[in-house]
Amino acid sequence: MKQVIVGMGTCGLSAGARQTFDRLNEILSGNPGAFEISGTGCIGMCYREPLVEVREGGSRFIYGDVTPELAEEIYNLHILGGEVLENHIALHIAPDGKKSGSEAGFHSLQNKIVLRNCGTIDPESINEYEAAGGYQAIQKALFEMTPGEIIQCIKDSGLRGRGGAGFPTGLKWSFAAANESDIKYVVCNADEGDPGAFMDRSVLEGDPHAVLEGMIICARAIGAASGYIYCRAEYPLAIKRLTIAIDDARKKGYIGKNILGSGFDFDVKIKQGAGAFVCGEETALFASIEGERGMPRIRPPFPAEKGLWAKPTNNNNVETYANIPWILENGADAYADYGTEKSRGTKVFALAGKVVHGGLAEVPMGTTIHELVFEIGGGIKDGREFKAVQMGGPSGGCIPSTLDMTPVDFESIPATGAIMGSGGMVVLDDRTCMVEMARFFLEFTQNESCGKCTFCRLGTLRMLEILTRITKGEGEPDDIEKLVTLGNQIKEASLCGLGQTAPNPVLTTIRYYRDEFEAHIHDKRCPAGSCSALVDFFIDPEKCTGCTVCAKNCPVDAIAGERKKVHVIDNSICVKCGKCITSCNFDAVYKK
Amino acid sequence: MPAGICKGVCITARREDSFSYRLWRYDGAPGELIPLLQSAQDHFGYIPRRAISYISGVTGIPESEVYGVVTFYSQFRLKPMGKFVIKACAGTACHVSDSKLIIETIEDELGVEVGGTTEDGLFTLNTVACIGCCSLAPVVMINDETHGRLTPALIRKLLRSYRRREKAARGEESSAGCAERL
Repeated sequence: MKQVIVGMGTCGLSAGARQTFDRLNEILSGNPGAFEISGTGCIGMCYREPLVEVREGGSRFIYGDVTPELAEEIYNLHILGGEVLENHIALHIAPDGKKSGSEAGFHSLQNKIVLRNCGTIDPESINEYEAAGGYQAIQKALFEMTPGEIIQCIKDSGLRGRGGAGFPTGLKWSFAAANESDIKYVVCNADEGDPGAFMDRSVLEGDPHAVLEGMIICARAIGAASGYIYCRAEYPLAIKRLTIAIDDARKKGYIGKNILGSGFDFDVKIKQGAGAFVCGEETALFASIEGERGMPRIRPPFPAEKGLWAKPTNNNNVETYANIPWILENGADAYADYGTEKSRGTKVFALAGKVVHGGLAEVPMGTTIHELVFEIGGGIKDGREFKAVQMGGPSGGCIPSTLDMTPVDFESIPATGAIMGSGGMVVLDDRTCMVEMARFFLEFTQNESCGKCTFCRLGTLRMLEILTRITKGEGEPDDIEKLVTLGNQIKEASLCGLGQTAPNPVLTTIRYYRDEFEAHIHDKRCPAGSCSALVDFFIDPEKCTGCTVCAKNCPVDAIAGERKKVHVIDNSICVKCGKCITSCNFDAVYKK
Repeated sequence: MPAGICKGVCITARREDSFSYRLWRYDGAPGELIPLLQSAQDHFGYIPRRAISYISGVTGIPESEVYGVVTFYSQFRLKPMGKFVIKACAGTACHVSDSKLIIETIEDELGVEVGGTTEDGLFTLNTVACIGCCSLAPVVMINDETHGRLTPALIRKLLRSYRRREKAARGEESSAGCAERL
């Protein structure tokens, strides 16, 4: 029987997957037994959502942009008639694994370890996870390996923490294992706070059991009996699926007392975050689990010694845990085969911004930025020019297009001044103003600073004030130097990662785009044509209907035109308030 | 007696999740403050003054400290929200797709600033760091519905359609009320 699988991640649902799913269910209730239907997590090709897969034998046909109407057509032609709708096929995977279809390029360089089950299994079914080889690694960890051997295996694999800092995972585990204590904790950091990053969400929504299994193995290795998953409250679907996964795993005896008869106990709780970016920092995260304000603590003592409730704790990110079962099952060497010498394995990236194919891609470490943007990402939207990629979110930086042959790994990316971060990669085109970009990230970190360290609390505010005035055309000649000095001071005098990295977006943009800063400050000009105060406003005569709304809203009467005739803006009077753009009902006003 | 606080008005689907049940069940285990606040917000729609008193009374944590936690996290709010909560995405991908313009348009259309609620209690405007539908940028969520690829004109139309629907529903209600009275 043909199986029909609908992508039901947040990306799919927001593109209308629910309506498509409902229509297919209606068809099925009218024709019982015609096909089997289920949902799955993110398939990766977010730009083609809603995605519907028809699976038959070993062959997989994935359709893109499936509206309820197209779903009906797929039913009539493909499911009933056996005729494939070639025009709508995003990806076809033949039984031998060969990929074709319009989006085959998106998958060409990908190797899926973390995302091995995302988009192929039903995340709400533990049976499907088991059928895909899940919960095998845990048997190995419990019955065939000693805790020491598990840690050695992870060390040998070369896995480094995927939360951003890239600390060797095996080494981290060995510290927590070495500390004697009656109680130890395993914590999973699922507080994915970087705007523009959605890798962890997709893994939790698409394959929650893999994360659980990774945590159980870690608990066995370090000798912990309880664990916490700290998940953002903004990810309700991830929380729902994790809850189901934990309940199912408990029923099957993978979690709880005496797991699989081995005498080993482990239980997991979900803690919902309450919206604070700083809680992605591990000591702040512990404070938040303990019910306090999420403010970071001084290290040392490190979490391996005194973490959650002052007990030895191991904290890793979602993606790190999702790697663990695969490594145990396939061996450290198989994992180390991927990637570069010092950065082994694969990394998941969330491609977004001005790229044609926005979505989720898992590539071996060492893949270049160029390959990610052009071969997987399909290049820049609207045929514009590639300007830079922003990596590492508010803690990272912009890497200019001239450095696009930089391989993504834990050595090369920091050398550019950016950081690997958790894997958000936002592509920028020639219309993006870098000064405004720096201002945007600083506004974010300034807002999220917990207020503990003076330099972070006040220094970022001063930097933000300077950047804001530059974008308004009120920059002063020594502003760039002030920003650099302040930035370096904040980096040095802050306690946690938030403050230590907050100036990065500003410092890297000054490093690579100093001329843009200078154009704003000295020439009062925004080269990208983005900063409202420094550009001119125009009305597109093709779109203008002469409705007079803009003229009525203009506070300085800079817009002239008769009713039902094209209006014109007098830029010598205009005060650049932008009211005409936001009030136009026809999107006819633009700035340049 | 905390267990009876919201007797008769609890609408939470699962008893185990209700605010009063959680307060009643509190056994002094550490780390329960945030979950308690979350269930209070689920129950009341915001954190009213009295919820802080209840929690403080039951847990023994000083009210000042509870208040400190409430104001630290962006999820908690001390004022009631509108019927439609607009979450305008201000994440990186949306930002480079001019989400600022969308937010300004909403502010202009509704006459409120970010964080505010309209006088008729219909809309509350908030921004969020990232909804995670970056490929649909710029994105706005209104309650549970996501609207992507917006322009100033589109968002204006969208908000007006919400207003119209609401007006129509209220109109029906009041005319039904009249019919009943007749």
